[in-house]
Amino acid sequence: MSYEEDIRQETVGRFDFLKDSFKIVRPRRLTLDVAYEKFSEVFDFLVHQGKFDILCTITGTDEGEYLGFIYHLAREGGVTLNLKTRAPKSNPVIQTITGVFPGAEIYEREIVDLFGAKVQGLCQGNRYPLTDDWPADEHPLRKDWKPSDSSGEEANHA
Amino acid sequence: MHDAHEHDYEFKIPLGPQHPALKEPENFSIALKGEKILGVDIRLGYNHRGIEKACEARTFLQDVYLLERICGICSHSHSSAYVQAVEEIAGLVVPKRALYIRTLIGELERIHSHFLWLGVAGHEIGFDTLLMYTWRDREIVMDLLAQLTGNRVNYGINTIGGVRRDITPEQGKDILAAMATLEERTKYYVQIATEETSIIKRLSGVGVISRQDAIRLGAVGPTARASGVDRDIRREDPYAAYAEMDFDVITDDHCDVYGRTVVRLKELMESFRIVRQVVAKIPDGPITVRAPRKIPAGDALSRYEAPRGEDVHYVKSSGGEKPERVKVRAPTLANIQTVKHMLRDRFLADMPIVIAAIDPCFSCTDRLVGVRHLDNHKKETLSWESLRAFSLGWHRAKGFDITVAEKKLHQLMEH
Repeated sequence: MSYEEDIRQETVGRFDFLKDSFKIVRPRRLTLDVAYEKFSEVFDFLVHQGKFDILCTITGTDEGEYLGFIYHLAREGGVTLNLKTRAPKSNPVIQTITGVFPGAEIYEREIVDLFGAKVQGLCQGNRYPLTDDWPADEHPLRKDWKPSDSSGEEANHA
Repeated sequence: MHDAHEHDYEFKIPLGPQHPALKEPENFSIALKGEKILGVDIRLGYNHRGIEKACEARTFLQDVYLLERICGICSHSHSSAYVQAVEEIAGLVVPKRALYIRTLIGELERIHSHFLWLGVAGHEIGFDTLLMYTWRDREIVMDLLAQLTGNRVNYGINTIGGVRRDITPEQGKDILAAMATLEERTKYYVQIATEETSIIKRLSGVGVISRQDAIRLGAVGPTARASGVDRDIRREDPYAAYAEMDFDVITDDHCDVYGRTVVRLKELMESFRIVRQVVAKIPDGPITVRAPRKIPAGDALSRYEAPRGEDVHYVKSSGGEKPERVKVRAPTLANIQTVKHMLRDRFLADMPIVIAAIDPCFSCTDRLVGVRHLDNHKKETLSWESLRAFSLGWHRAKGFDITVAEKKLHQLMEH
């Protein structure tokens, strides 16, 4: 049995409901979809027991009614897991993971600014990456957000 | 002046975004007590250009060129990380020869980047001779990149499914000759860095981050490896032709700026090794496979060991000609978070070198020069040789003959 299959068995052994969504895409690449309610429990297991102790980054996605969140986790040795979850746009709340990965702070701020997610437990701090005077209700990476036709320079001259 | 203890007052000073030390906009709010740093607050985002959003409005192929322009130094890192992800989604089998050429350009990029860093580090500690020497030597690899790809920066070598230019056996000889010169120079810099007292004293114990903190904060690349974190994507998650290359991952236990210097210098020696292996072992065959315009639905995560550390690209396709999502995590974003930690309780005067020691990404300029003659309005493009000749003549007219100075330098080096 492959190394990747071992990891899958171990995780599915603990969480039976993940047996359909935990996939081995190719050597060193795993993907797992988990419902939002179960996310924290599965995340903690993978980080602590599953030894996924490296966070590459967090990707936000716009999936229509939902916002998607992909936590790109890795282990020593190059095995990488895309752990996906989603929250409704009407209440796009996720929990911070800065307790486990302090370096995640900047990735979470990015999702707050660009997708309009709310991250519970994230400490106060400078926003990133948008400017301080950027409108609070505009989130550029949402699909319904379109850049204005004129460049900034033209708009200033108008 | 009153005789009060001025140095006991706590105060805050801003540094940046128009930065006195770095050619890149970042803002640091520094809380000071005397010369001692109590805490640092970092504000980033001044360079946010909306590239991820722009990628969604362009085709998969156009995005190769857009993403290559994220950075003028690690441009090949970004284009490689991106095309790898797209090729994985599309299920393309990239020819081996193309993978070897990507590896070659990737290592040449690391060499020019590390030489650039060494010069910047020298400059930040007031050792400008080191800047002059290393940037002169860096021209060797810049010329080589220009010869191989047509460009000094933003090489444009990658395309989805392979590379756009082949290398000839004659170019192979030029590459080996350049490596021989650069290796000699690097040995000299290793000697300077490990024997020159002023460098050792200025860099040791400065910008310290322990192994545990480097791991906890998610440091990557030479910043992490200089704190004993034995991680390198080229070995852990091999891409391009790295699985077939014999090289060592360099680590160091000094955990400070001195360690980061040693790591980068030793990494240069490993890069020369890899480049030589590429030239010796590059297989014959095509350099590209045909890629479809529409990329099948799916997603992929691509990890790449850029000169500054792990570069991460995530690409998602919904089956069309344009990506649904492109996400980039450049290494500096991971490393900048360690800077706060490195500066706490240190002196203000250490800030430039500590920040520079994570090697944050600088921009670089194009070497193509367009000339419009004032008398006849004729436009022409200057070749590299004519630009160099023009530059030498311009300096000579002002009384500086660089060719004479170069000859003298070579004579001195021979003795």
